[in-house]
Amino acid sequence: MLSGFATTWILGIKSLLLHPLRSLLTVLGIFIGVASVIWLLAIGEGISVKAQEQIAGLGAENIIIRSIKPPSEATEGARGLVPYGVTRLDYETMVETIPTVTRALPIREITRQFRYGARFLDGRLVGCTPEYAEVTQLVIDRGRFISSSDIASRKNYCVLAAATAERLFPFEDPLGRSIKVERDPYVVIGVLKPRAASAGVGGSFAAQDFSKDVYIPITTLWFRIGDRVLTFGTGTFNGEIVELSQVTLRVNHVDNVMDTSEIVKNTLREKHKLEDYSITVPLELLEQAKNTRMMFILFLGMIAAISLIVGGIGIMNIMLATVTERTREIGIRRALGARRADITRQFLAETIVLSVLGGLTGIAGGLICAPIIELGRNALEAVVPEMMADVPGVIRTMSPRIVPMSIPLAFCISVVVGVVFGLYPAMRAARMNPIEALRHT
Amino acid sequence: MKLAARIENLQKDYVLSGEVVHALRGVSLDVPEGDYVAIMGPSGSGKSTLLNLLGCLDRPTGGSYWLGDSDVATMDDDQLSEARANHIGFVFQSYNLIPQLTVLENIEVPLHYRGRVSAADRARCRELAVLVGLGDRLLHRPMQLSGGQQQRAAIARSLANDPFFMLADEPTGNLDSVTTTEILSLLERLNDAGKTIIIVTHEDDVSHHAKRIVRLRDGYLQSDELLDDSKRIRVAARALAG
Ligand SMILES: Nc1ncnc2c1ncn2[C@@H]1O[C@H](COP(=O)(O)OP(=O)(O)O)[C@@H](O)[C@H]1O
Ligand SMILES: [Mg+2]
Repeated sequence: MLSGFATTWILGIKSLLLHPLRSLLTVLGIFIGVASVIWLLAIGEGISVKAQEQIAGLGAENIIIRSIKPPSEATEGARGLVPYGVTRLDYETMVETIPTVTRALPIREITRQFRYGARFLDGRLVGCTPEYAEVTQLVIDRGRFISSSDIASRKNYCVLAAATAERLFPFEDPLGRSIKVERDPYVVIGVLKPRAASAGVGGSFAAQDFSKDVYIPITTLWFRIGDRVLTFGTGTFNGEIVELSQVTLRVNHVDNVMDTSEIVKNTLREKHKLEDYSITVPLELLEQAKNTRMMFILFLGMIAAISLIVGGIGIMNIMLATVTERTREIGIRRALGARRADITRQFLAETIVLSVLGGLTGIAGGLICAPIIELGRNALEAVVPEMMADVPGVIRTMSPRIVPMSIPLAFCISVVVGVVFGLYPAMRAARMNPIEALRHT
Repeated sequence: MKLAARIENLQKDYVLSGEVVHALRGVSLDVPEGDYVAIMGPSGSGKSTLLNLLGCLDRPTGGSYWLGDSDVATMDDDQLSEARANHIGFVFQSYNLIPQLTVLENIEVPLHYRGRVSAADRARCRELAVLVGLGDRLLHRPMQLSGGQQQRAAIARSLANDPFFMLADEPTGNLDSVTTTEILSLLERLNDAGKTIIIVTHEDDVSHHAKRIVRLRDGYLQSDELLDDSKRIRVAARALAG
């Protein structure tokens, strides 16, 4: 019996080798289908993992409130600059009235030019509190970060991000020297270690470039620069009156995050007539991301299924041609004692060989998706860097993750495709009248 | 004497676009073991139809056909296949070897449809190849053989399952006279060794190698003539001289 079983497969392979190119092209259809199942699932998983990481990077226990410029029609009619955004009063109210809030992190950020002697650099001036370093995982290289007493006495101290220090002080040790922002001097008390751009407490999901930051006590910023900030560009200027750019609330426990966010929403809704703030709840986003991931996987799975069906139709097409071509062989075999089931089995074996071959090579092709994507990304980066810069960071930086289940899944699907699409041609072969099949030329 | 096959009042109708064609209108025949029958008759007289029925490729419309102890008329498709696999050996006019297989593999094909293929079966297939003079061509493909060699391979194949009888439909129809003689003497040798053979032919030279000539006309059995040895020898001598 084993020998009969083996000969069926050997025979199938032999028959396929009679038309190597044709068989190869048929295999290619399944190969693409199976590889795309694995690729798409891996890419989907990679993107979702990346997105979840970024969201988790915002802190699952955090609630982030950011000031946003209200739509211009809302402020129409008012003369001059209209104050907007989260206020110090909002901040105090939230800290004092919401018991689940353990810590609150206010920041005020503006774009400014930093100067030291003849050197200058445009960057982000961030007014913050001591906790900021910890929450955004800033690491001190030399010196120290801003302290509570700096806040209390509105010290004109600053901490430089790595690139800022590098640009302004290529030769000197920045510690103890003063940089200038507008007309005000700030003494450098610390320098940070370089860090990769990533999403953080910044609030938006775009990867943020922290490298050109300068950090000062938030009280100093209020005192020296104030809420009204004018930024001059080439021929234009932007103005804003904002007390706080962002407040990050930390909730005592993840379970309380959703309730707390409701309270925050209500508190702010009462006080703000304009839509001049946004609330980001990373935990909420995390849940959404998980749902989106399911949708994404379903969607990609559908695309992959379609490509497999196309591959299956390819198999069916070839097998129908093969059956017609080999009508005479079928007649001969029937005359020599083959039952219908034997003929069915023979042709089914051929399609299964094709589809399994496609499945195995497809799995191999699927497993190398990470290096290939890396290669493609590097190539695009080199050829069209501007275009790549527009691609969302999640996609630019994600690395595909092979979903372990996708390998047996893809393999099973390829076999099923082979059987399903091979069955009809095989049965058609078996149904032939042997006498007529023998007469076939 | 033991019978290899027995048919009684065998009938076969075909329906061709609504019209019934009576290909066989009641043929009776006993084929004892070891017989060598030539079926002759004009074109359309039902020779191939009779041979296909004898070969269990088709069921008769009426009458009965006893193959061993079983009536072929009552068999279903799988049983017909089984009967072919175990009891029948076919030889065709156009050899009908499977092109992608070697000579030896072609000879082994019938074995696969009888279930288990033993080493002894394999060995016997080699012997058969040697018997028909293809011992040195085992690994050749049909395309690499002459017509006569292909037909000899086909004869070896028809013997692979050690059938009750061999059926040959115009086995020499595609061969020249020298090769025809070669094939016919092979068949005669097999018959001498005890194999029952039934061949369809329209050539007298071919039919005179048989022990018996059955003539069909319009689906009826017209005559059933036993050939004596003297006649066979005469024909053989004439073939050699020509
Ligand atoms: N499959 C078929 N369908 C319809 N008619 C057939 C079929 N096979 C044979 N016939 C008819 O049956 C008769 C006998 O045919 P056949 O046995 O092939 O004759 P022979 O082999 O003696 O030339 C012929 O009239 C032929 O046309
Ligand atoms: Mg005929």
